[in-house]
Amino acid sequence: MINIQSLNKEFESRVRLGIMSILIVNDWVDFIELKDLLQITDGNLASHSSALEKKAYIEIKKEFVGKKPKTSYRVTQSGRKAFTEHLELLEKLIKRK
Amino acid sequence: MTENKYQDDLTAIRSMMERSSRFISLSGMSGIAAGVIALLGAVFTFYLFHQQGSDYLSAERDVYSPEFLNQLIITAIVILGISLGAGIYFTMRKSRRMGLKVWTNTTKYLLINLCVPLGAGGLFCLALIHHGLFALLAPATLVFYGLALINASKYTYTEIYYLGLIELLLGIIACFWLGYGLIFWTVGFGLLHIIYGFLMYRKYP
Repeated sequence: MINIQSLNKEFESRVRLGIMSILIVNDWVDFIELKDLLQITDGNLASHSSALEKKAYIEIKKEFVGKKPKTSYRVTQSGRKAFTEHLELLEKLIKRK
Repeated sequence: MTENKYQDDLTAIRSMMERSSRFISLSGMSGIAAGVIALLGAVFTFYLFHQQGSDYLSAERDVYSPEFLNQLIITAIVILGISLGAGIYFTMRKSRRMGLKVWTNTTKYLLINLCVPLGAGGLFCLALIHHGLFALLAPATLVFYGLALINASKYTYTEIYYLGLIELLLGIIACFWLGYGLIFWTVGFGLLHIIYGFLMYRKYP
C-alpha cells in the first residue's frame, strides 16, 4: 500500500516540479532560460527556487558576466535522489488503479 | 487530489524534460528542402560533366582540369550554403510557430556537437583535395556527416541518430566503390534527406 502522505511535500507545486525536471536533465541553467521555459514571473521563480535551495535540492550560483549579474541553477545529489524517488512514487500511484 | 493530478504532473514533467534538453524545433521541411537542393545540385553537376564531354558513369576520369575542379568545388559550396540557409529558415519558422526560443543552451550544445566532427571532416576533405585524392571526397563527407549527426542526436530528435547511422553506412560502402561518389552523394544528401524530412514532417508537423 502506498501512502499519499509519503509524497514529498516540497514537490507539490507545479512550478517546483518544473524547476526540478528541467535541472535534472541539464547542467547549469540560468535564470532567464528557466523563466522562459516555465513561463512564470521573476518573483515566482525566485521564491520557489530559494525554497528548493533551502532544502539543498538545488544549488544557486551568482556571478557577473561583464556588468550584468547572472544567476544559474543546478540540481544537487540529494535533490536528484529526492526527485527520482518522487517520480517513482507518482508512477506507482498511477499504475495502482 | 485525484489520480488525474498525478498523471498531469508526470506529463508536465516529461514535456519539461524534453523541451529543456532537446532541440525540438528542427523542421522536417528543412530536410526536404536540403534534399531537393542536393538533387538539383547533382543534376547540375551531371550537366557540368556532360559539358566537359565526359559521361560521369562510364568515362575514364583520372585527370580533371583545374578550372573544372574549381567549378565543381564552387558548386558544392553553393549547394551547402543554400541548404544551410533553407534549414535555418524553416527551423526559425517552426520555432516561431511553436512559440519557442531558438537560441538556448540546448541549441548551443547541439551546434557544438554537430560542428566538431563536421569541422574535422571539412579539414580532412581539404587535405584530400590537397593530395589530389578526389575519389575519397564523397565517402569522407558522408562518413563525417553521419558521425556528426550521431554525435548531435542526443540534443534533438532520436530520429537524427538513425539518419546519421545510415549516412555513415553509405559513406563506408562508398569507400569501397570509388568513382561513384556523385551517386552516393545524391542518395545520401538528396534522397535520404527527402525521405527523412517527409517522415519527420508527418510525425512532428
